[in-house]
Amino acid sequence: MATGVAAWLPFARAAAIGWMPVANCPMPIAPRDNSRKQDELIILNVSGRRFQTWRTTLDRYPDTLLGSSEKDFFYNEETKEYFFDRDPDAFRSILNFYRTGKLHYPRHECISAYDEELTFFGIIPEIIGDCCYEEYKDRKRENLERLQDDQEENKDLKQPNLNFRETMWRAFENPHTSTLALVFYYVTGFFIAISVITNVVETVPCGTTTNQKDMPCGERYTVAFFCIDTACVMIFTVEYLLRLFAAPSRYRFMRSVMSIIDVVAILPYYIGLVMTNNEDVSGAFVTLRVFRVFRIFKFSRHSQGLRILGYTLKSCASELGFLLFSLTMAIIIFATVMFYAEKGSSSSKFTSIPASFWYTIVTMTTLGYGDMVPKTIAGKIFGSICSLSGVLVIALPVPVIVSNFSRIYHQNQRADKRRAQKKARLARIRIAKSGSANAFLQSKHNGLLNELLELTGSEEDEQKLIKSISLLKSQHHHLLRCLEKTTAHEFVDEQVYEQNCLETALQTYPSHSSSIASHDSPAVTCCGASGKKNTPLPNANLPLANPVPSHRGPLQELSALHIQSADPLSHTSSRSNLNLRTDESKRINCKSGRITTAIISLPTPPALAPDADGLHGPPQRRPPPPLGHPAAPSIQTTTSSAGTNIVKVSAL
Amino acid sequence: MSTVRYRPEGLDNLVQQTNFSKKELQVLYRGFKNECPSGVVNEDTFKSIYSHFFPQGDSSMYAHFLFEAFDTHNNGLVSFEDFAVSLSIILRGSITDKLNWAFNLYDLNKDGCITREEMTDIMHSIYNMMGKHTYPSMRDSAPKEHVDRFFQKMDKNKDGVVTIEEFLETCQKDENIMHSMHLFDNVI
Repeated sequence: MATGVAAWLPFARAAAIGWMPVANCPMPIAPRDNSRKQDELIILNVSGRRFQTWRTTLDRYPDTLLGSSEKDFFYNEETKEYFFDRDPDAFRSILNFYRTGKLHYPRHECISAYDEELTFFGIIPEIIGDCCYEEYKDRKRENLERLQDDQEENKDLKQPNLNFRETMWRAFENPHTSTLALVFYYVTGFFIAISVITNVVETVPCGTTTNQKDMPCGERYTVAFFCIDTACVMIFTVEYLLRLFAAPSRYRFMRSVMSIIDVVAILPYYIGLVMTNNEDVSGAFVTLRVFRVFRIFKFSRHSQGLRILGYTLKSCASELGFLLFSLTMAIIIFATVMFYAEKGSSSSKFTSIPASFWYTIVTMTTLGYGDMVPKTIAGKIFGSICSLSGVLVIALPVPVIVSNFSRIYHQNQRADKRRAQKKARLARIRIAKSGSANAFLQSKHNGLLNELLELTGSEEDEQKLIKSISLLKSQHHHLLRCLEKTTAHEFVDEQVYEQNCLETALQTYPSHSSSIASHDSPAVTCCGASGKKNTPLPNANLPLANPVPSHRGPLQELSALHIQSADPLSHTSSRSNLNLRTDESKRINCKSGRITTAIISLPTPPALAPDADGLHGPPQRRPPPPLGHPAAPSIQTTTSSAGTNIVKVSAL
Repeated sequence: MSTVRYRPEGLDNLVQQTNFSKKELQVLYRGFKNECPSGVVNEDTFKSIYSHFFPQGDSSMYAHFLFEAFDTHNNGLVSFEDFAVSLSIILRGSITDKLNWAFNLYDLNKDGCITREEMTDIMHSIYNMMGKHTYPSMRDSAPKEHVDRFFQKMDKNKDGVVTIEEFLETCQKDENIMHSMHLFDNVI
């Protein structure tokens, strides 16, 4: 039952009294209305704006949110109102729906926002009133098209595992997917151009030869032209066969316009090969050569504008048909009139009505060659009427075609613009996202450093570093940290990660570095041993807040080890180490703001024994290497300004 | 939408005219005015409203008869007073009033007696509301049979028409009818 007229139900039930006297059997018992509360005012608080309505108004539509018990979820006991955290402007039309029974679509509203509101309140958009329904549907369709365009883009990008055939097809359809496709695209374009130019040049007279006849180039340099033609046709054939092979649906491909053009372009050549020097059909053969000009249509794969034009003409078929029909009508009428008008005059060129067609066409399109002109007065009068009306008849359907073209063209432009904008948009979004990731990593730093400073008790740095991180952020970071702990991996900065990869790639010290690099990181985990805090080893660094580009250079030649020396938290017990380190860090701080600390040398793998306590390694073994090592590795350390020590060792 | 605007008489007057309380009239009027902002119902609106309740069949005929019954002033429009007064009779009136009202509904030409043709029309209109898809399937003769039964029961002197007295008498003796007359008393 349409609940829109629920208000009339009591009336309808009352009117059922009229059936009672004629009924033969007893009536069923009426349902008891136990919830007979008085009609009361309900307050709906939508984001602060209070709407009030009767309960019965809302009860009219019991299968929506407001009409059912679902709204009880939003009931606020203290204020005795229903609170919805939604857009109050959109809510107006929704509440009006309950009041008037008609749902209207406000035009200034964004279509997807409005849709969301409708979905939230459980109202189906189909009941939008006739006054607004068309607008709603148009906007929705536009939006969908836009989304579809975007999705197609995404589809193109995210297709990792295509088989060879599909890759080839994609390469054909979209030349920008790979270099090979692009090369192929340009090569075919080039050969199409060559082929067309050859066709044209073939007919140009090439200067006189010994037999005093002005021969066209085609006949003079037959072999050359034949070779060029052959080459082009070879390319086209190969292309066609490849496309045919790669097409997902061969039957559909064969029926498509482009493939027909391809076939028509290369067929004359083969037919010509087959029928050589046969007198009877040489005339037909010559006409076949005409079809070679269709090769120029192959350019439509290369030009979007051409495609749009073709699509426009297709979509304006009815207007074009009308144009043709009206022109034909006018031509016949005027040709007849001119013929009979000019019949009297002698040596009239208007020998028959079909002959007058030519005059009419030339006049109506305002060409006016002048090869046929009326001589009688009547003829001249009708001739002028003909030319005047010609302008009108042609001008009428043209704007429709033009507007169609313009609409499709702009649609395409919009798609291109969106594609271009999209890249920029995604880049910006990525920056924002990485900003938040960096924030996490940064805060990890700060967190560690905070704890470090707490332990060491240096005041001035502490002030600097204890920024107020919002509760939300800290909770989020905690969450990420839990994830790290769970997976025994850490989040690192992008550059650092790349460096790590590079290092593992450039294994000049295979045994040591690789062993250390590869199997330390998993070995040392937060839960690794003795409840240490997260201690990443060689290949897992705390990221640099200010990544220093200088280590790019040395990296090229060497493998490097990244060791995190600043991990005092790992050992609450070994205070001495801590102190040692902080002393050093303090010392080093006095330098040019960069903390350098000692270091490990590569040739002493035992020094970097991958034990759980390996992180003690660095500090303890710090002294020996600089002393006794012939091949003293150059030490390069960089740290973030926050003071965490990340030691990078590059060995020469 | 018609540009007729109609304002009912004051609430107090209506309270006197009908057996509804003030609050009930308020509720009634709000519903009425919401569906018909102009204040009056014309027959087409009436029919469309009624058809919402009986989607399977064709209720237009019965709605037409109802409209005639409600339109006490016979001006093609049902104002709120007509509406309220009729409803008051149906829902809050005495049993005699209700039966009178029903008789008035059946008596299409309002001449004081129900002829067989009138009854047949009424019966057809009621059966039309059922639509085609019924169980057991609707036979074309069903309304006629029903009319025959009705006349058999009501027409005491077998003169082919049912007068108001016959009607009242028979109905008051029939328990089922008496019971069903009170069925919708607490609809409002």
